[in-house]
Amino acid sequence: MADYGWPDAEHRTLIGKRITRVDSPVKVSGQAKYTYDVKRPGMLFGKILRCPYAYAKVVSIDASAAEKMPGVKAIHIIQGPNSTIHWAGDEVVAVAAVDEPTAEDAVRAIKVKYQKLSHLVSDAEPPKGAAQAQGPLSMDDIDDMLDNQVPARQMVEQIQQYGITSKPDEGTLKGLQEDGATDEVIKAIRAATVHPEAGSRPKSNYQKAAAQTLGDGEKAFAQAEVISEGLYGVPVITHCCLESHGSTSEWTDNDHLLVHMSTQNVSGIAGQMAEPLKIPATNIRVHQDHIGGGFGSKFSPDRWGIATAEVSKKAGGKPVRIMLERDSELKVAGARPSAYARVRVGAKRDGTIVAWQSESWGTGGPGGGGMPPIPYVFSIPNQRKEHTAIRNNIGPARAWRAPNHPQAAVITMCALDDLAAKLNMDPLDFFLKNIELGKPRQAIYTEELGIASDLMGWKQKWHPRGQNKSGNLARGVGLSLHTWGGRGHASDCDLTIHPDGSVDIKMGSQDLGTGTRTCILMVAADTLGIPMDTISLQIGDTMYPPSGGSGGSTTIGGVSSSTRRAAVDAREGLFAKVAPALNAQPAELESINGTVRVKGDSSRSLSWKEACSKLGAMPLTVRGKNPDKSKPPDLTNSGVGGVQMAEVEVDTDTGIVKVKKMVAVQDCGLVIDVKTAESQCHGALIMGISYSLFEEKVMDPTTGRMLNPDMQYYRLAGLNDIPELVVHMMTGKGYDERGVIGLGEPPVISPGAAISNAVANAIGVRVPFLPLTPDRVLGAFQKAGA
Amino acid sequence: MRDDDPNQNEKVDERSGVSRRDFLKISSISVAVPLVTGPKVVFAAGEQVPVHGPGKVPMEFTINGKKHKADLEPRVTLLDALRDEFDLTGAKRVCDRAECGACTVLMDNKAVYACSVLAIEAQGRQIATVESLMQGDKLHPVQQAFVDNDASQCGFCTPGFVVACKAFLDKHPNPTPEDIRRGLSGNLCRCGTYHGIQLAIAQLAQKGA
Repeated sequence: MADYGWPDAEHRTLIGKRITRVDSPVKVSGQAKYTYDVKRPGMLFGKILRCPYAYAKVVSIDASAAEKMPGVKAIHIIQGPNSTIHWAGDEVVAVAAVDEPTAEDAVRAIKVKYQKLSHLVSDAEPPKGAAQAQGPLSMDDIDDMLDNQVPARQMVEQIQQYGITSKPDEGTLKGLQEDGATDEVIKAIRAATVHPEAGSRPKSNYQKAAAQTLGDGEKAFAQAEVISEGLYGVPVITHCCLESHGSTSEWTDNDHLLVHMSTQNVSGIAGQMAEPLKIPATNIRVHQDHIGGGFGSKFSPDRWGIATAEVSKKAGGKPVRIMLERDSELKVAGARPSAYARVRVGAKRDGTIVAWQSESWGTGGPGGGGMPPIPYVFSIPNQRKEHTAIRNNIGPARAWRAPNHPQAAVITMCALDDLAAKLNMDPLDFFLKNIELGKPRQAIYTEELGIASDLMGWKQKWHPRGQNKSGNLARGVGLSLHTWGGRGHASDCDLTIHPDGSVDIKMGSQDLGTGTRTCILMVAADTLGIPMDTISLQIGDTMYPPSGGSGGSTTIGGVSSSTRRAAVDAREGLFAKVAPALNAQPAELESINGTVRVKGDSSRSLSWKEACSKLGAMPLTVRGKNPDKSKPPDLTNSGVGGVQMAEVEVDTDTGIVKVKKMVAVQDCGLVIDVKTAESQCHGALIMGISYSLFEEKVMDPTTGRMLNPDMQYYRLAGLNDIPELVVHMMTGKGYDERGVIGLGEPPVISPGAAISNAVANAIGVRVPFLPLTPDRVLGAFQKAGA
Repeated sequence: MRDDDPNQNEKVDERSGVSRRDFLKISSISVAVPLVTGPKVVFAAGEQVPVHGPGKVPMEFTINGKKHKADLEPRVTLLDALRDEFDLTGAKRVCDRAECGACTVLMDNKAVYACSVLAIEAQGRQIATVESLMQGDKLHPVQQAFVDNDASQCGFCTPGFVVACKAFLDKHPNPTPEDIRRGLSGNLCRCGTYHGIQLAIAQLAQKGA
């Protein structure tokens, strides 16, 4: 069988090197076309009327004036009378008109009456006794979960765990299916235990999950010699993709739809649009060349994406573009759940951690939200954890780069850092002392901590808390560890070698700016022994073989594996045709530097073009797949470790925090392109500085609306906020042979904890919550009486 | 989303005698007037002032050295005119209120936020967009430095940044790191490409581009 395995370092021409991103030139020149840039012939402009209230019922909608306005082509009611609105900014009516100003005027002319209901937008600590144990679910609960985009896996777990209040009839099940319930969810409902008595209980906004315990927490705390207690947390933040969510839809005939959508999930969109639009998925073509950011928020067509197709249909199938305005983007198109915790953690005098106890809470909007994986990285032997989910009206949560991990890192690493301070230990020594709890990655962390320490100059820079101050400027350092899975997703890749020597690759994947295009071409070119620029790559269309959504750091492992298998099979197929001409067996051939030759014998060789001419009249097309057990070895893997350190300077008069230096040491198995990998880490550090110092979705308790839905008050880090950044990728022996593992999520996990710990080290007190704004820093001083 | 607050102050601007609410009412009756109208002249603040719109009015622009004509409502921004009328989509609409710089273009060689310039006011000015920087197939040195230093990821902020960097370097050919931090703080990136951008600028500054 052909050898599909990754070549070792001596036999790689491109893989593992620093290669320039192939789509940079079209991006820097403004030629790259994003969904927002697509202008179809005769295109109409759509706008959406949104509910201004956080919790309300739609009473009536009068669109008669808008309908009569010149230039208005179609009006589509998204949520009609009697619909319940669960967050401010939710979609009510879509309008399509000849231009954007006219569409805006039409939205203004629509009159909607609402019945306001009493909302909750706070995620403050639940009042004592307010939390209710989760009970059996009603069909309304399940419909709400669908409405709130709760992942199917999570819904199935809850249905199995808690049962249901009544047995639904087939009509109800069909309704749920139309609302987006997957087959697994329907199956779980059919199999669920029915608890009819639970149906009449009133529902609380606070839902307590069952306590989780490990070992004997009580005994361990009794034996602990030093105990640290603290409060830690991170608020809700938004994705703030620079290209907002949206699409352009057009009906090419009565039942065929062409969609240009800004999405992380090209191959998965048609399937999600088919049911609500009542056409087969095969009739829906989805296309995207470039995407202006996703970060976990763009996997679904969303209610506005379906509405775009509906309003296009009402406009006679004409193309309609609806891209969200910036305020809507921040209000409704993506939020990371908050997480807060009161933590007690105990250790022996020598620093050995023995016990963890936490009461955590947080919100993911109307769907509540789960507990982050705490304690993080360190498997503390004795644990007791309780979590309360707050269901409120801030809008639905979405996966945000490394879902739940940045929250877990802050809660865990800050609590451990406070314990180290109480033990009078350098946190680096303290983390190393307990590194065996970081199984199975303790060896990786140990090596990375050593490298990070050298790159930061940790031993020179670390002082006990609050003891490195000159005038009003306090300096400090902090660190954090993180982990992630990152196994490659399912991916199909079609690779064709044409008799004229040209090569093309087709794959229904997408490049989020992570370097996916570059890496696919590197793998194919390295395997075929030809230059990258001789291969034509086409991605971003449902016409091409399906490839998974780009989330959870799964893309690089998926697309590199399917491309490698396709390229190896294509190369072997070519060798079989070429061998007779070279008077050799196919197994004796190699393809290198644009020639196909007998291994080690350059006198018996053909140029790539000559070799391809032996294919005859027909091109050779092969499909590579991931996973593919029939073509071992496994080319992708799961489980990475990373270490980050931060150095900060805090102005103790103003409370302003400046990050002075950050170090990221990251493992992700075999790195395909070191250049774009390093860029991902640099970007993650910068995004991390941004959410550590500035970002928060601020909700107004009175109106229930977001107070900062713009880019002035929802502040992103700018160039002026960026310090010296040092990135070190772990490569070579011990790393490369593990296969390709994803990198998008891991480096964005630790910045919050590392920066918070650096601030605590600088000023001597803990600022409990991110972002570390001046008011919070000064507040922490005040509370400590400093 | 619009928030129709019924308690909104009816603040009267004494100079014009038109309240904000009346102004909104006027602009929303745009559909009732002929599609293209010439300016009407009113007496305001002691001067004769031409009033355009609210319907579409003919406009003429010089963009990337070429003349362009369009009939647009006076409320249309330069950014929307570039993108929707002339298919120059390099400048992006992100914040739409002069906060992020993704729409940066040059107006008489000065970097401006195209989302916050009305198209009608851009007439008679030299407008240059990112599309004008390449010479044939050759990237502008700023663009090449962005490529070399991997200064774009998703790339949505990139065209605005490239234009802002060009304008900045034209003015500060030998910037200090402090100049760079201050001079390029008007553009925001979500992927976090600032590190690559700093390297790109450093490379250009050394070359004296």
